[in-house]
Amino acid sequence: MNEPNTDVIQGTLDLLILKTVSLEPLHGFGIARRVEQVSRGVFKVNPGSLLTALQRLERAGWLDSEWCTTEHSRRAKFYTLTRAGRKQLEIEEADWTRRASAVARLLRQEA
Amino acid sequence: MSLWRSIKFGLSSLLHGARHVQEIDDEVKQFYEEAAVAYRERGLSEQDARRAVRLDLGSPEVAGQQVRSYGWENTVTSFAADIRFAGRQLRRNPGFTAISVVTLALGIGTSTAIFSAINPILFKPLPYPHPGRILMIWSTWQGSRSEMAFGTWLELSHRSHSFESTAIFEPWQPTMTSRDEPQRLEGQSVSARFFQALGVTPLLGRDFRSSDEGPRAPKVVILSDRLWRQRFRGDRGVIGQALKLDGDNYTIIGVMPPGFDDVLSPSAELWAPDEYDSSQITREFNSSEWGNHLRMVGRLRPGASQVDARQELAGIARVPWSEFPRPRWASLERGLIVDSLQDDIAHTVKPALLAVFGAVIIVLAIASVNVINLLLARSARRVGEFAVRGALGASRHRIVRQLVTESMLLTLIGGALGIMTAVAGVRLIVFLSPSELPRLNAITFDLEAFLFASVLIAIIGFVAGTVPALHIARNDLQSGLQNASRRIAGTHLWTRRFLVVAEISLAFVLLVSASLLLRSMQRLLAVDPGFRPSHVLTMQVVTSGHQFDEVPANPSGADRRRRFFDEALEAVRHVPGVESASFTSLLPLSDDSPVAGQYGAQFEDQKSQSGYNVFRYAVSPGYCQTMAIPLISGRFLGEQDSQGAPQAALISESLARRHFGNRNPVGSRLHVGPRDRPWYTVVGVVGDVKQTSLSIDQEDAVYLSTRQTWFADDALSFVIRARGNAATLVPRVKSAIWFVDRDQPIVRLITMDRLVAISEAQRRFILILFETFGIVALLLAAVGLYGVISGSVAERIHEIGVRMALGATRNDILVLALRDGMRLTAFGVGIGLFGAFAASRGIASLLFGTSELDPVSWLCMLATLGSVTVLACWVPAWRGARVDPSSALRSE
Repeated sequence: MNEPNTDVIQGTLDLLILKTVSLEPLHGFGIARRVEQVSRGVFKVNPGSLLTALQRLERAGWLDSEWCTTEHSRRAKFYTLTRAGRKQLEIEEADWTRRASAVARLLRQEA
Repeated sequence: MSLWRSIKFGLSSLLHGARHVQEIDDEVKQFYEEAAVAYRERGLSEQDARRAVRLDLGSPEVAGQQVRSYGWENTVTSFAADIRFAGRQLRRNPGFTAISVVTLALGIGTSTAIFSAINPILFKPLPYPHPGRILMIWSTWQGSRSEMAFGTWLELSHRSHSFESTAIFEPWQPTMTSRDEPQRLEGQSVSARFFQALGVTPLLGRDFRSSDEGPRAPKVVILSDRLWRQRFRGDRGVIGQALKLDGDNYTIIGVMPPGFDDVLSPSAELWAPDEYDSSQITREFNSSEWGNHLRMVGRLRPGASQVDARQELAGIARVPWSEFPRPRWASLERGLIVDSLQDDIAHTVKPALLAVFGAVIIVLAIASVNVINLLLARSARRVGEFAVRGALGASRHRIVRQLVTESMLLTLIGGALGIMTAVAGVRLIVFLSPSELPRLNAITFDLEAFLFASVLIAIIGFVAGTVPALHIARNDLQSGLQNASRRIAGTHLWTRRFLVVAEISLAFVLLVSASLLLRSMQRLLAVDPGFRPSHVLTMQVVTSGHQFDEVPANPSGADRRRRFFDEALEAVRHVPGVESASFTSLLPLSDDSPVAGQYGAQFEDQKSQSGYNVFRYAVSPGYCQTMAIPLISGRFLGEQDSQGAPQAALISESLARRHFGNRNPVGSRLHVGPRDRPWYTVVGVVGDVKQTSLSIDQEDAVYLSTRQTWFADDALSFVIRARGNAATLVPRVKSAIWFVDRDQPIVRLITMDRLVAISEAQRRFILILFETFGIVALLLAAVGLYGVISGSVAERIHEIGVRMALGATRNDILVLALRDGMRLTAFGVGIGLFGAFAASRGIASLLFGTSELDPVSWLCMLATLGSVTVLACWVPAWRGARVDPSSALRSE
């Protein structure tokens, strides 16, 4: 029972979603698959949390959504980044970089 | 930005609930299908792909639920669902719901109504600007408030610097004569800055000026809004018109605004400037400027504190100045009493009001405890239901929330009904309350009362919701399912027992207080007023008009006044059905001012600085006989004690005992009032009469013939002893008096029996409230006890079956259950004894002739409580004793 932890780091789900959607409009599963693939399986997003986060981001005005047809000719809800979303992405990216490098520096220091 | 979007999205999902849910479900479904497709692409079969997705992502239902529960609107919908469910639950138990709602409604309703009544008197600021700056200033007599003289006010207002304005005032009851029946109005005679001290100005016309004051100023009057509308139909041209009052033409100079509430004389309809003459403040001190019959009000300067003002006035009282001479009766050597206007008007009723408020809060507490008890009993019966719901996936949090919602809903319904009860209750209180209750016209159900009720509802709802919920949270839902509803959780009963003990102790506190008040009332009504009130009709006849003025221009005015009263009395005596009739200047137990009726009396053998304060009764010769006041020694006054004859006086027994001890006072001489008049000779001693109240032993009195007093009273009370029903004489007596002079008003028509009854109206009012609260508390406590004992019998039905199978008789079982109930009662009474002791101390000032520890009251209430609780336990105990042992065991 020693499976690796695949939970998304607390507080980074929004950043991951915004970044993923910034490349092209995607539906829920598309986002989940992209996150899993790009992270090479380090992060796995469960559908309940993901779809709830999408609702939240949409309400915050960072995403827009529209029902369209997928490549498998199914109807799916596609999310696109809004202008406010792009700004938010920049803020969160900068914030993350700042914090991650701080953590990295702390880990690098000699005992 | 996002807040707006959040509200918009939330609202839209609220409005299109079904579509919103559908959309989420679609999205979740699509997610899972895509995932399945992805697995199939990796070569899994249709079925395996589905299983893999399930394993990988968990149940789509759970995911959907997670998404659906996002957003503020979700709280709203689940709350609405809770409410709907709670409503269904309450409808399903109509008996429980009705009892709880009615109990709460009565508890909240009565306490809010009582709050509305005491709020304007004790807490609400008076309806004037900066009401905290308005003070009342009194002189001191025997340690309590006493009216002051014009001369005293003149000195205080000259020497004090703490006040922006001060004023004096006294009652003024002018007679308005016109084509109709003469009408006596209620008004106030005030000094010029009276309205300034209160901080109000007339709406129409102008305020009084100092040039309006004094005996030689032109007569002016300011009307109340009500009188203006009634009498002048709200005509704005009324300013400058004349109004005939007591035979004089008064010019109307102003009309007060409609909202003006004169707390110093709530029924006042008109105000006129006083006619005191500051040039009469002489060292002879024999003018009316030195009579102690004025009240004083003052408005502090901004920045001046009440403490400063009190100190300054105390200093002025202590150090007389030679330019302000003071007579013996206005020496101020006992200092002045200074109090804020608000406290001043409330000081006589405050202890009673607080006691009533305390009592109603106790009733409310008992009512709430009862409802909580019912809720506990109900949630105990529902343990099985909760367990099932838990097993079906409801979280504990969800179940507790459901329970709290139910209690809240119950409380809200009870509260809403309670507010309606309060609105009706306030009207009832105003209707029933004694007229001496201050600020009666300010007692309404207002916003503050509503807030008070809302706070009560919130507190009760919270407590009633959390107490049963805590129990559910503590009891494991699983074990609840195993036990189903068969066994009632023991902890419930312990809490309920504790609550019942609390109820019984609170009820005992109220019962003892009510009983002490009842005993006081009995003692009070057993007090001999000193006269026989039955079959006696009384009415006050007032003389008005210049023909009666005692001025140099009209030397026979006083005689005319006396002649009018004599003729009127003679006419009344001839009315069929009248056994005897007389009059008096001061009617016992009436609202006649005790201060105005009191004079100094000095016997011949007393030093000039000593004397007694006595009530002076100026009467017709047959007065004591008509009132049936007994003669102790000597003789009554008679027709021979007329003008010019030696001046005769009767003294009361208490005065005789005080001054003469065992000696015979008949034949001794005294002065009553001014000393420069001939001596009065005591011709007889009569029994003591209660003048101000049955509860006050202030009985030193002197009776003089109206023909031998130094001034003719302008208003006399007729006392008419009837052969039959006194009240039926009214029209004939009235027309007999008006046959003599139709311009003289007749007021205060009332039978003496009724007068005695209403003289204790305030006490009776409080007693009624306490008795009602006590009975309600007793009933509620009995119901609570009944519920607990029947619950415990139901819980022990199996045990009872076993006991009976082993040979216990029905009697044994009965005793078992009864003993249980009695133990609770004993605990309750034990705690209640302390509470009742504290409460009896609190109401000590309301008691009369009854000790706080009056054994009869305490034992009676112990017996009452005991028998009612025995009854409450007996019914379930009896039911338990009739249990059939075999069926009780089989039901296991």
